[in-house]
Amino acid sequence: MLGLWVQLSPDRASTVAGKVDHLFYFLIAVSVFFAGLIFTLILVFAVKYRRRPGNEIPPATKDNLMLEILWTAIPAGLTVVIFLWGARLFYHIFTPPTGTIKINVVAKQWMWKIQHPEGKMEIDELHLPLGRPVELNLISEDVIHDFFVPAFRVKHDVLPGRYSVEWFKPTKTGKYHFFCSQYCGTGHSRMVGWVYVMTPRDYQRWLTSGQPTDPLAVTGERLFQRVGCAACHGQESNGRGPSLVGLFGQTVHLQNGRTRLADDDYLRESILRPNAELVEGYQPVMPTFKGILSEEQILELLAYMKSLPPKEGEVQP
Amino acid sequence: MITADAPALPTGAPQLPREHFLNVEYGVKSWLLTTDHKRIALMFLVAVTLFFFLGGAAAALFRLELLTPPGDLVSDHTYNKLFSIHGVTMVWFFLIPSIPAVLGNFLVPMMIGARDLAFPRLNLSSFYLFVIGGLFTLVVMFTGGLDTGWTFYTPYSSMFANTYVIAAVTGIFIAGFSSIFTGLNFIVTIHKMRAPGLTWFRLPLFIWAIYATSVILVLATPVLAITLTLVGVERIFHVGIFDPAIGGDPLLFQHLFWFYSHPAVYIMVLPSMGVVSEVITCFSRKRIFGYHFIAFSSLAIAVIGFLVWGHHMFVSGQSIYAGMVFSMLSFAVAIPSAVKVFNWTATLYKGSVSFETPMLYSLGFIGLFTIGGLTGLFLATLGIDVHVHDTYFVIAHFHYIMVGGAVMGYMSGIHFWWPKMTGRMYPDGWGRLAALIIFIGFNLTFFPQFILGYLGMPRRYHSYPPEFQVLNVMSTAGASILAVGYLLPLVYMLWSLRYGRIAGPNPWRAKGLEWETTSPPPTDNFEKIPTVTEGAYAYPERKETAHG
Repeated sequence: MLGLWVQLSPDRASTVAGKVDHLFYFLIAVSVFFAGLIFTLILVFAVKYRRRPGNEIPPATKDNLMLEILWTAIPAGLTVVIFLWGARLFYHIFTPPTGTIKINVVAKQWMWKIQHPEGKMEIDELHLPLGRPVELNLISEDVIHDFFVPAFRVKHDVLPGRYSVEWFKPTKTGKYHFFCSQYCGTGHSRMVGWVYVMTPRDYQRWLTSGQPTDPLAVTGERLFQRVGCAACHGQESNGRGPSLVGLFGQTVHLQNGRTRLADDDYLRESILRPNAELVEGYQPVMPTFKGILSEEQILELLAYMKSLPPKEGEVQP
Repeated sequence: MITADAPALPTGAPQLPREHFLNVEYGVKSWLLTTDHKRIALMFLVAVTLFFFLGGAAAALFRLELLTPPGDLVSDHTYNKLFSIHGVTMVWFFLIPSIPAVLGNFLVPMMIGARDLAFPRLNLSSFYLFVIGGLFTLVVMFTGGLDTGWTFYTPYSSMFANTYVIAAVTGIFIAGFSSIFTGLNFIVTIHKMRAPGLTWFRLPLFIWAIYATSVILVLATPVLAITLTLVGVERIFHVGIFDPAIGGDPLLFQHLFWFYSHPAVYIMVLPSMGVVSEVITCFSRKRIFGYHFIAFSSLAIAVIGFLVWGHHMFVSGQSIYAGMVFSMLSFAVAIPSAVKVFNWTATLYKGSVSFETPMLYSLGFIGLFTIGGLTGLFLATLGIDVHVHDTYFVIAHFHYIMVGGAVMGYMSGIHFWWPKMTGRMYPDGWGRLAALIIFIGFNLTFFPQFILGYLGMPRRYHSYPPEFQVLNVMSTAGASILAVGYLLPLVYMLWSLRYGRIAGPNPWRAKGLEWETTSPPPTDNFEKIPTVTEGAYAYPERKETAHG
């Protein structure tokens, strides 16, 4: 009845949406069963054993160990099933496949700045091609935000100071809400936008429309030269800083004897706090770029670093 | 329970005792400096009622704002302050102290046959700490406000918010010590001051529930105090604790905060479960079904409740394997709650069930708590939580637990022990009407929010897309009904203080030591400390005849 005049289920526009809904329906069935059982028993007992002449003093009833064991064990068994189902789905939701389109999302009070690998920027809008898995690389400039697309059934907090990843694969063209769903201050409810899922052809057309842009890696390379990274880390550097060629994804040996995977977070950290985790064999001479580079520029530098071919003689997976 | 020499009940129309704790002394000083647990309980009752209606007024305003999709009644900043102050007052200045500080204070000594709590002056200091903490909150509320939400997530609260965060956390910090002192007092009292013959397994289940609650109060509240102090330190001195821009970790705050605040949910609902055990038995004239299972499930909830905090952080960036462990433990904590519900239901079986006001609230509790508990399973389920986390689904779920559960239990208890506290009856017809209005208003307010959440409406939104309006209108309509439902008892309870029928010592013919003394009780509770010879809820039982 309610469904006739209000929507009861959100759009279903990603590969996981259906899976989430199936588990959701299963839980509704379990809930309806148990709530129904309890409500029925209470109603039946309330009517059947209501106080009336003759039953003011009720008969004795004994505790029943068998019943106690049953109504502990049955819910316990059921929760194991729900847990396993939910955990499996969760793993799937948060484990991106290979071959994704990687899109950078920078959140700040109270807007979303989104940049595609081809360099196209947009604000509070996200254009996506149908049927391709997309990986969002999320970071905040200030407080914690959250990128939530109900039609995709996914959300993840957007933290300051570290990258978070959220992926999905759109399955239906259309226009869907996205929301900031972690309270972030005065304009929290204005921090909303639209996801446009387009056919691959429309997406290509959209990417190339408007001002022509350079790919992120190209912008990153220009920045690399301009802010002076190349002096120590470039091709002709004199060994003051480690070479960045093929660095991404490698394990680096640190001054303190430990090792660390050179991932996005490590590279970002090394730009902003260069001496925190120094690479073995180098002096702590690099200045910080905190306050000099924006989150967007750091992402451009990272794109450039990732674009550098692996070292000779090493096999890249 | 039978005492060695129970005073003979007076015959004819009951009369108020000539001297009792209310009329033994008059004057402001006799109240403000009292160490009588019953007077302190009544002072707490006045204080928490004030905060309940203040928190409720804030909710009424933002529900009105949410009637229409655009933000048009109040500004976004004001809206944020309204839900923040609603959360802070309701959690720390109503729900947490409600049953322990009011009913617990009044009943713990009486139920165990003692003359007062173990530390009467500590008890009074507990009240004053609450008042001082409350004053901070009132100052915040009426001067600058607070816009962090009751959760104070960093780095927003520590580095970005420009409202009265320090004053608010100071108030909560101080009120926290009130909780700790109260919990400590209960633990010592229950261990050391039980009447002769009152063994652990003869205790009323309300005492078991208060005991489990006290353990949580004493162990968890210090962590809250530390956490809020750290927020203050970062805010004032810019020491990098939570804000990554100055070297902190924002998730550390969430771990610390929920390490307190998840157990705090059980601080709110366990005492209500205790009330329900007392009320269900009295109004079905039966022993409780599965006494030991209900008693131990309270302790199990208290213990496991400490291990589930990470389920608030499934999408925060916490490791997905940590998420799995917390999910599993969250399912585990659901089991003892289910056991309680089944046992209460079974208690009705073959009973002699009547439906006075306290019973209606307790039956309402079972129904609403069941829905709250079952929807908790949705949130504990990792794959589902990713979608409904931080949406109205969560709001609906925890209001089913905290209002449908904790507040219904509190209302049940207040109505059940009102004649004991005041010596007079409230009009039961009005009581039942109010219970019905609250039940209807509550469901109309919060059930649509489950659907809103599943549709994806995020919480804490001042304006929202138009497709969510119909459900929001239902919710606001429900809130108006709910407001009427809560105002009614305020009126008839006050009325009853003067005009209510004299209750007599035991108007419900209930079992329990508190019913064996006069209503209101004398300052020392009992003329002679009773001796207990049987277990709780020893209601008379009919011998089964041959045909059963």
